[in-house]
Amino acid sequence: MRLLSGTPTVVAAGVDVFSAALRAQGADVHDVDWRPPGFGEPADLAALALDRRRAAANRTAVERVMAAGSHLVDVRPARDVLGLPDRTLLHAGPPIGWADASGPLRGALIGACLFEGWASTVEEAERLLAAGEIALDPCHHHRTVGPMAGVTSPSMWMYCLEDPVTGGQAFCNLNEGLGKVLRMGAYDDEVLTRLAWMRDVLGPVLQAAVRSMAEPLDVKAVLAQMLQMGDEGHNRNRAGSLMTLRELSPAIVEVDAPSSDVAAVLRFIGGNEHFFLNLGMPTAKLAMDAARDVPGSTMVTVMSRNGTEFGIRTAGTGDRWFTGPANTPVGLFLGDYGPDDANPDIGDSAIMETYGVGGFTMAAAPAIVRFVGGTVPDALATTERMYQLTLAENPAMQVPILGFRGSPTGIDVLAVARTGWLPQINTGMAGRVAGTGQVGAGLVQPPRECFEQALAALAAETRAAA
Amino acid sequence: MTAAPVRHVSLRSGVYADSVRLMQVSRDVGAREGVTAVLVAMATPLNLELAAGMGLAPDETASGDQLLVAVTAEDDDALAAAVAAVDAALAARERAAGPAQTVPLRTIGAGLSALDTDGPALAVVSVPGPYAVAEAADAIAAGRSVLVFSDGVPVESEVALKRAAHDAGVLVMGPDCGTAIVSGLALGFANVVRRGPVGLVAASGTGAQQVSCLLDTAGVGVSHVLGVGGRDLSEAVGGLATLDALALLDADPATERVLLVSKPPAPSVASAVAEAAAELSVPVRSAALSPATPDLTAAVEGLLAEMGVAVPEWPSRTSTRTAAPGAVLKGFYAGGTLADEAMLLAAPVLGDIRSNTPLRPELGLVVDPSAPDLSARGHVVVDFGDDALTVGRAHPMIDPTLRLEALARVAASGEPAVVLMDVVLGHGADPDPAATLAPALRAAGLPAVVALVGTEADPQGWSRQADALAAAGAHVFASNAQATRHALDLLGAAR
Repeated sequence: MRLLSGTPTVVAAGVDVFSAALRAQGADVHDVDWRPPGFGEPADLAALALDRRRAAANRTAVERVMAAGSHLVDVRPARDVLGLPDRTLLHAGPPIGWADASGPLRGALIGACLFEGWASTVEEAERLLAAGEIALDPCHHHRTVGPMAGVTSPSMWMYCLEDPVTGGQAFCNLNEGLGKVLRMGAYDDEVLTRLAWMRDVLGPVLQAAVRSMAEPLDVKAVLAQMLQMGDEGHNRNRAGSLMTLRELSPAIVEVDAPSSDVAAVLRFIGGNEHFFLNLGMPTAKLAMDAARDVPGSTMVTVMSRNGTEFGIRTAGTGDRWFTGPANTPVGLFLGDYGPDDANPDIGDSAIMETYGVGGFTMAAAPAIVRFVGGTVPDALATTERMYQLTLAENPAMQVPILGFRGSPTGIDVLAVARTGWLPQINTGMAGRVAGTGQVGAGLVQPPRECFEQALAALAAETRAAA
Repeated sequence: MTAAPVRHVSLRSGVYADSVRLMQVSRDVGAREGVTAVLVAMATPLNLELAAGMGLAPDETASGDQLLVAVTAEDDDALAAAVAAVDAALAARERAAGPAQTVPLRTIGAGLSALDTDGPALAVVSVPGPYAVAEAADAIAAGRSVLVFSDGVPVESEVALKRAAHDAGVLVMGPDCGTAIVSGLALGFANVVRRGPVGLVAASGTGAQQVSCLLDTAGVGVSHVLGVGGRDLSEAVGGLATLDALALLDADPATERVLLVSKPPAPSVASAVAEAAAELSVPVRSAALSPATPDLTAAVEGLLAEMGVAVPEWPSRTSTRTAAPGAVLKGFYAGGTLADEAMLLAAPVLGDIRSNTPLRPELGLVVDPSAPDLSARGHVVVDFGDDALTVGRAHPMIDPTLRLEALARVAASGEPAVVLMDVVLGHGADPDPAATLAPALRAAGLPAVVALVGTEADPQGWSRQADALAAAGAHVFASNAQATRHALDLLGAAR
């Protein structure tokens, strides 16, 4: 043991009179700026801090997250991929019914009913949904993630991603672009026409192209590279989308389809700066799913919102959701929309932050910080702060301006409680009125309640296991 | 003669680094002895062509998102070292000369991971007791020893921390025993004493201060003082940290003999510790207080005799002030062990002494921490450093308020008394205790005996403090045992 091998450097927390006495002796003293925990019963915090399983369990969880890869192996309709029956819709976030659904989620559910032909008018769709004749289920219950409303219907095509290491799978629908889109709660003819084209042209062309590729697209490698190109992987996906287009183009061009369709597909992908998001999200989902069910681990495996509630899950508490009321993002607005038009936080896309990118790698995306209402030093400070909430640094996801430091990965519920800091999420903003579409983009944090409940549940599990 | 060169060619997936960084890695590894060629690059067609030109083309089909690592060297050892150097260089975090750290570090864990040293380091935790557990656990998880100064740590948490520390090969000092000197560095409450051959393991903070100061006065220094917490030798904790500290000192080349300082230990723990001590190569002597061995000064004198060092006359200042007839003993202590020592020495002479930390439960004083009324009549010794009296206020070694109030109350009560107090000097303690105590003693007008624990080298200076207190009429002793006996003499003279 090194304790007695020489004059020690000291890291001190608490009363400063002792640090002052150490400095007076010429010692190398580092004071931490300790504060009482943001929440949590002292006995719960102590129980988790002393849980003998915790270090190894968190190491296991982190190793699984780091080891997971992500290959794009197929594109198929949700009906086939998930066995999604008729009159069933998936949505973002923790479980919710029509009665509690917010405007954009309602708008997307209505649009999906129209798209599937289950209803021919908005009123009819509302009636079906209100009567409970359409089954609703979270994407996360099906190894699936969906941005914003996340509404996925049987006829929508999905990316099928596979972890080459474990064979794990994750799924996500195809990105529609920006503005008036279903995922933001819009459901007019423009939206429905685009969804039909995606069903009839984009999906089949992508399927043929992906199936024809000799080597599957390594989505994780694209995500790693885009962080070095000014993207953070959640609210800015420009470089990632272009790299994906570059990788897919040769195969798309060779698909046996009318050249006008091929051109339309290439134009659609090239014109959609968020095309990659729906590949990045299931990549993160694959990694986080790999860390499900690790008893004793305090790592967060899901952060997700349904527009009304924010929900999290942890590796140590299985499939339980811990929920609280979703906050409304703060940021910049499109056109003449303002804060009153914004819906509370919505979407499964916070899986990116759960994986340690997005808001956690804000420092990698200086171009985005003004868009979401911050400064470059804010972005650096945000990422620096997230290192104190997380268990590890992911060497595959590097932040150039921080000396290629790995992204802060694996949110530790105990660290969230002790620092009192909440995870930082970059997000789009949907209009609160159904049918509006996107109104802006900004920053948001989870409600503290989720983490309070998770901490108490983890501590109870620790005591039960002792 | 040149040996046949050996080569390593591999492709790695899921690793990406930019070309500038990879060129740096190639250049640095290429400069190593025995390495003849290095190419670390993304496996783009251009780079594969380069590799083929160097005779380092991979056997398998490569794709551009893979990393190609290709090395040739003069022999297998150089090759293995070069490949390891590539791995290390890829994993190494390039510390940016970026913007200044603006984010405060909130926990011991964050503070330790930001620390850029391979040398010895430890954590000092003095946050409120219930929260100290997580901070101490951080240190243990980081493989660092920790001094927990906080009191109010639940005993089951103390046991769990000490078990985890033992398994991790580190030491938990404390809780609630704020003394340690590690390689000459005083942590918490500790005195400026010379370095030397004696290692102290102390389940008593002020006990360790008394012993180290007396040794220093005799010209004998300490190697290290490891405070293991006031409860370490209790049944519940079972001497976990004491045993680890003994093992540490046994392995320490600077430590030639060990003195174990404590309040009365649990008998089963005392025998377990004695058994473990007998196994060590370093001689271990016990200075555990008990009715049979009530005197720390005597324990120091025994050690000095064993070392062949002459016992000096312990410093003192005497006064002419005498006790009034029928006077009782009023002990106002900051140090729990010193209070125990005073009671153990006085009880055989005076009989029952009431206390908030009594020798027998039936002598207990009930103390209301929000308004401590310690003015019970008769012989009383109060430990103002006890947990119940330090909730929400600083330790009496820092904040004299409660003791000065108690002194004034005794004076006002009219009960004839001899006041016995300790004043502990050193790092962390009141920078000039005599400045407030001397006027208070003058105002009280009572005969007072002070055990002044400290050294000349302490920031407060033993003689400076002793002279100021003596000028206020106090009898002053460097030894608490001598101070106690002097108070008993004054009382005896008054009977």
